[in-house]
Amino acid sequence: MVAVSEVDPAALVVRNVEKSFPAPETPLSRRQVLDNISFSLAPGELVSLIGPSGCGKSTLLRLIAGLDSTDEGDLLVGPEPITAPNAERGLVFQDPNLFPWLTVRRNIESGLVARGLLHEKKNEVDEFMRLVGLETFANVYPHHLSGGMAQRAALARALINHPKVLLLDEPLGALDAFTRMRMQDEVLRLWQARRTTMLLVTHDIDEAIYMSDRIMIMTPRPGRIERTIEVTLNRPRQRDSADFLRLRSDILNFLHFAGTK
Amino acid sequence: MEAQEDLVPTVVIEPPSVLRWRTMLAVPLAAAFALSLHIFIARNEPPLEAHSYRLLFVQVVGVSIVLALLRRFSPRLRKWMANMWPIFTAAIVTLAVWDVITVGLRILPLPYFPGPSAVLRSLINDRFLLLDSTWHSLALLVSGYTLGVIAGLISGVCIGWSPSIRYWGMPILKVVGPIPATAWIPLALVLSPSAVVSSAVLIALAVWFPVTMLTASGISNTRASYLDVARTLGAGPGYLIFRVAIPAAAPNIFIGLFMGLGASFLTLVVAESVGVKSGLGWYVSWAQGWAEYGKVFAALIIMAAFFSTIMTLLFKIRDRLLVWQKGVIKW
Repeated sequence: MVAVSEVDPAALVVRNVEKSFPAPETPLSRRQVLDNISFSLAPGELVSLIGPSGCGKSTLLRLIAGLDSTDEGDLLVGPEPITAPNAERGLVFQDPNLFPWLTVRRNIESGLVARGLLHEKKNEVDEFMRLVGLETFANVYPHHLSGGMAQRAALARALINHPKVLLLDEPLGALDAFTRMRMQDEVLRLWQARRTTMLLVTHDIDEAIYMSDRIMIMTPRPGRIERTIEVTLNRPRQRDSADFLRLRSDILNFLHFAGTK
Repeated sequence: MEAQEDLVPTVVIEPPSVLRWRTMLAVPLAAAFALSLHIFIARNEPPLEAHSYRLLFVQVVGVSIVLALLRRFSPRLRKWMANMWPIFTAAIVTLAVWDVITVGLRILPLPYFPGPSAVLRSLINDRFLLLDSTWHSLALLVSGYTLGVIAGLISGVCIGWSPSIRYWGMPILKVVGPIPATAWIPLALVLSPSAVVSSAVLIALAVWFPVTMLTASGISNTRASYLDVARTLGAGPGYLIFRVAIPAAAPNIFIGLFMGLGASFLTLVVAESVGVKSGLGWYVSWAQGWAEYGKVFAALIIMAAFFSTIMTLLFKIRDRLLVWQKGVIKW
């Protein structure tokens, strides 16, 4: 939707990033998890990162979040290098990870409390609870919520900090197929309402095509971005349109999952 | 969360929904039976001896009849009666059995096992001393327990959170912690100028170990993803410790608080009977010295009520603070 332009400063720059972990089977040696990863996100862009498990998608997301550090390469938000976790890069996991000891409302406002801004931004809490349609569940504890509702609360909790980049690590992976499709529309609605730059990690090809401006396909051992596809379909997208299905079979072929014809 | 719920079994008493006539009549009938049994057994004793015991049962019969009449007006009272009456009946029958075994058949040797009427008499005659002793026990227990909990929470959070404090702290905890606090009594009595102060410190020591241990394990087992999420929300160390790790560890911390409470009761009673010259522990050993076993039993009854009330209080606090938990263990 938003093209990568030369004029806009990129929201996120990933340049020549390398990461390895100690190999569990052979002590002393290390296994390369990420190999020379480079890409950038334009402000307001929604980009998907797809690939089979073990290709380093989640590792890359943790590096961008600042929860782990790179071996080589640069991670920049605007001109600033990423050194530690920060409220400007929100992260939503597959498990909503709501704090079970806080009500929905207190979960959503926890980012403001952590940064000492609750007092001045109190009214935003109501705004974000309305945004995700949870205003009637304000005083409910998370274990009473359904999977989709909990994930909506987790999205609101991340968005209330107005992050420059929202990192989504298979956020809809644990939901059933129908809830998942409804939540895809929900995330798109939030994206369009807030114009937040989003990086979505998923292993669902349909989800990637349905949602993103661009799809980066990763392959494992070592994790590399093998191919980037611009998705130019008009929004709202039709899951059964010819172009959608063509793109889908392209990606399946590329990943060798198309099957024998 | 799942693992912590499994630590303590869930016990929920489901009250029967209807109050049957049978249930309602059980209490007055049992009381009347116990009363007549007592009058028969104690016919050779001086009437004054057992006067208050008889009065007690007369009152039980009276009150239960009044409640049976009032039950129509209050569904809550009905529910409470349906739930509690079988237990009250069993308690009254137990008293009657005790009466038969001691006073009636004289199976158990006297003066070590007085009948319920003699115990009740001791309870009433010595009520002021018992009240005073309870008050002293309470003051000592509260000061020692509070001290131990504060120390245990501080050391537990430090050990659980910081790997370097854990490295140096755990060996001390492992070596010193398992020593029963009562084993320090000889040293404590020499070291401290006041027996009350040294007893409070001993109780604190007894509480400190389980609280530290459980707090530390709860803090260090905080789900990493909660901490990761909090970090990406902009949380600093203060928020991570006080608003993530400590609430996440709260179920564990409460297990430590319960274990510490049990240890504190034990230490209190022992410390009072050897060092401090007041409190319920002292009262028991003093009554034993005079071979007044009625008073010993009276003090045991007071202790049961006293400790049980404090335990209930802690459960109430726990239930309030941990409403967010899925399976709540009822007391």
